[in-house]
Amino acid sequence: MLLEGLARLGRSGLGALERLGRAHLLLAAMLLGAGEIIRRPGLLTAQVFNIGVLSVLIIGVSGLFVGMVLGLQGHYVLAQFGAAESLGVMVATSLVRELGPVVTALLVAGRAGSALTAEIGLMKATEQLSGLEMMAVDPVRRILTPRFFGGLVAMPLLAAMFSAVGVLGGYFVGVGLLGVDSGSFWSQMQAKVDFHEDIVNGVIKSLVFGLVVTWIALFQGHDAVPTSEGVSRATTRSVVHAALAVLGLDFILTALMFGD
Amino acid sequence: MGRQRGIEILVGFFMAVGFVALFFLAMQVSNLSAAVTGDGYRLTARFSNVGSLKARSPVTMAGVRVGRVEGVSFDKDTYEAVVTLRIDSAMDRIPDDTFANVFTAGLLGEQYIGLEPGGSPEFLRDGDEIPHTQSALILEQMIGQFLFSKAGGD
Repeated sequence: MLLEGLARLGRSGLGALERLGRAHLLLAAMLLGAGEIIRRPGLLTAQVFNIGVLSVLIIGVSGLFVGMVLGLQGHYVLAQFGAAESLGVMVATSLVRELGPVVTALLVAGRAGSALTAEIGLMKATEQLSGLEMMAVDPVRRILTPRFFGGLVAMPLLAAMFSAVGVLGGYFVGVGLLGVDSGSFWSQMQAKVDFHEDIVNGVIKSLVFGLVVTWIALFQGHDAVPTSEGVSRATTRSVVHAALAVLGLDFILTALMFGD
Repeated sequence: MGRQRGIEILVGFFMAVGFVALFFLAMQVSNLSAAVTGDGYRLTARFSNVGSLKARSPVTMAGVRVGRVEGVSFDKDTYEAVVTLRIDSAMDRIPDDTFANVFTAGLLGEQYIGLEPGGSPEFLRDGDEIPHTQSALILEQMIGQFLFSKAGGD
């Protein structure tokens, strides 16, 4: 009885370790397949379209509203200290450092990551991936690698759009609605937001998140049980794991970048 | 062919908008347009107390930023704080009898170094030390001294 329980625990541990190993082998295969992108740039373009262009609307609208809410809330707190002119600093640093990369990654995981998992999972379930292998076409290079690099290219650009639109949203609310002085809004922001410290670190964050979100989505699709139930489970897992990984990694990256 | 071309145009537009957003963040939101980092020359200054001065705090002259604090360290032999300043290379005419003060922006604002030029015809060069310094004003100390002088006056 005790041995049975121990064996079950060991089996689940080994299974988790094996999945982790398969995920890293897949990542290595996708990175090694980068040459395929240079040979067929059309494949990458199509995936940047799927992951990036089709996400622009949700990213833009979310960024605008997040920025406007930051403007309202920030003004409420800062006005109590007579520091409403610092609203620009608050809106810009919180967007560029944290909210831009993180919220963009969560939205992309929900909008594009789930679609990637379902697409790859269905390709596996309907044996299209095996069919490609039969024709001596490596499905990892031909199908997964372009999607991986598409996500890697699209994420920082989407995060930059999110932050830029968010700053403008904060400007509309702060300056237009609440009467913060426009000049000090921008000048305090420019004095406090540092290009290397804040913006470059934000871009690095969103690159890491782009890698993690597309990697998890593609692995879950590639590793899905090839039934309709398996694909639906893999899609759910893809979004949940991506969200957890993004939030956990964000804490680690923030501690490393701005921790001292 | 027509659809592929349409996708390519949209992706090109997407990437252009993304780079414009990055450019906007770099130029309009951050200090990239103002700050010239990396080059310039180093000066050091010793203070008996720097308050809460930190690396990257501004160094100003007549209220205009001329450099940044590169680091603050402690000299264990003299018990003084050694502040390394990086001055923009365009500001190469700082007299060698310049006075360095630790000031506070506003009553509770951040601390910065203010340089007051002297009248010497010799200029400071890379690696030189600013000889005349004045430490940070610590609010608690000032209040304590004020109360003490009030009590003594009666």
